[in-house]
Amino acid sequence: MINSTVAEISAALKAGDISSVEITQAYLNRIAKLNGELNAYITVCEESALEQAAAADAGRSAGNTSPLLGIPIAHKDIFCTKDILTTCGSRMLHNFVSPYNATVVERFNDAGTVLLGKTNMDEFAMGSSNETSFFGDVKNPWNTECVPGGSSGGSAAAVAADLCAMATGTDTGGSIRQPAAFCGITGFKPSYGRVSRWGMIAFASSLDQAGPITKSAEDAALMLNAMVGLDEKDSTSIDRPAEDFTASLNQPLKGLRIGVPKQHFAQGLSMEVEEAVRNALAEYEKLGATIKEVDLTNSHLSVSAYYVVAPAEASANLSRFDGVRYGYRCEDPVDLEDMYKRTRSEGFGEEVKRRIMIGTYALSAGYYDAYYRKAQKIRRLIKDDFDRAFEEVDVIIGPTSPHTAFKLGSKSDPVSMYLEDIYTIAVNLAGLPAASIPVGVANGLPMGMQIIGAYFDEAKILNVAHQFQQHTDWHKQKPGPIASNEGEA
Amino acid sequence: MALDKSEVEKIAHLARLHVSDSEAEEVTTRITDILALIDQMQSVDTESVEPLAHPLDVVQRLRIDEVTEENQRESLQKLAPASEDGLYLVPKVLE
Repeated sequence: MINSTVAEISAALKAGDISSVEITQAYLNRIAKLNGELNAYITVCEESALEQAAAADAGRSAGNTSPLLGIPIAHKDIFCTKDILTTCGSRMLHNFVSPYNATVVERFNDAGTVLLGKTNMDEFAMGSSNETSFFGDVKNPWNTECVPGGSSGGSAAAVAADLCAMATGTDTGGSIRQPAAFCGITGFKPSYGRVSRWGMIAFASSLDQAGPITKSAEDAALMLNAMVGLDEKDSTSIDRPAEDFTASLNQPLKGLRIGVPKQHFAQGLSMEVEEAVRNALAEYEKLGATIKEVDLTNSHLSVSAYYVVAPAEASANLSRFDGVRYGYRCEDPVDLEDMYKRTRSEGFGEEVKRRIMIGTYALSAGYYDAYYRKAQKIRRLIKDDFDRAFEEVDVIIGPTSPHTAFKLGSKSDPVSMYLEDIYTIAVNLAGLPAASIPVGVANGLPMGMQIIGAYFDEAKILNVAHQFQQHTDWHKQKPGPIASNEGEA
Repeated sequence: MALDKSEVEKIAHLARLHVSDSEAEEVTTRITDILALIDQMQSVDTESVEPLAHPLDVVQRLRIDEVTEENQRESLQKLAPASEDGLYLVPKVLE
């Protein structure tokens, strides 16, 4: 049962075929067996998970019918969890036990989910391979010599390897979608403002957005139902009427207009990924969709603009880590400045320090217009490209990543790592919703397809993703070496 | 644009980071590489483009100015590396 979807587990719990305690124990057993190798979890909450599961079972007997009641979940370690270690993958917070819950965590608690643990991630979500974590690399379950992608690499590996039923992630430049593609699962980044950022440790506040990491589009819809909604504690949270994201999953796709950005099929895209995405587009045509080329003229500038906007916001957000109120403090500081500088230099890893310095430089006196203001203007051009495209099409489809998962340690220079997110970053700059779903396997590694929607068109994207999954089985492909689940419920 | 070591030291100071002599060269090279990537955006004329600070045109919500938080001094201060009598301790600032 642990390799089932949330929808399937939910039905089995409802029918009384299995209890939450039983399924929770099965995941805990699987974690005990495989986490040593995969390093997907930083913290496993065995005791509290079994308590929550028992409470969920009792709640069900008492008439609670929440669809997520008793479903085991993993939260990315960027979400504050009350009385549970919350590290953000950093030495700076290696000892931080949060005094409160993030709104996302609170909402899942209200829905009755069971928290299995906190997943590994790139430090402060800065990375595309999960190699910047203070707590070590996460291994890709499909091939443990490869990265799982990042920054939500632990969540993606945990879902792919059946170490949880579903997981949360966050996406600032592709951090849900790219690891979902590399691990052969479904990842969803909602429109900016849909999901509260309160209690989600800030990286780049105008780009950060939380979303589901799941085994199917239907599961993503179930998770989104619990996640979205106005939160007074997040001033950028959007007030929209409540929506059931599962309601339109089964709408036929006849007449759907799909835009294919020619810039996403240009130089740099590997042959196998291109072929897999083109095959998927052909499948959509069979389902009655029409394909039209769209022009995202300025998409080649998205990485450049992003590496001003995101580091600038990060340099401001991460200034709070000063060794005074919580987290790491250096030994025996001689004075206040020494304490700040050594605390931050010892507490942050190389990539985080690099981005803080880039951001500090871009915002420093005399450079603001050349960098930050320029990047904001490029951001407008990128958004305008999407707005124009969505006048003609309903969704935009292309590859999530130019290639399959790369080998651990193979990308040592930051710029080549930054270019990993070439197809995903523009979506964050524009604030749009987008999913990545599996579309094939090449050389034993999965490939992902990105589906981008117009603002607040989450339901449309999920419908388009779900229909593909009703007619193909790429999302059911499992990593080979660890696929055997026999004897584990 | 290429940076030199003294500029990197200045940025590090502004960010309250310490860059050791042994790291300085590599940090300078890496940041220069990243700035080269960033500078690709200078190739586009954006003279008449309005900057976009935020993806959605929304205005800040206002609320009544009233106390909504409870006093959590004790539970929050338990997290501090050093505190005493309800105050956070830092190295001596004034002699």
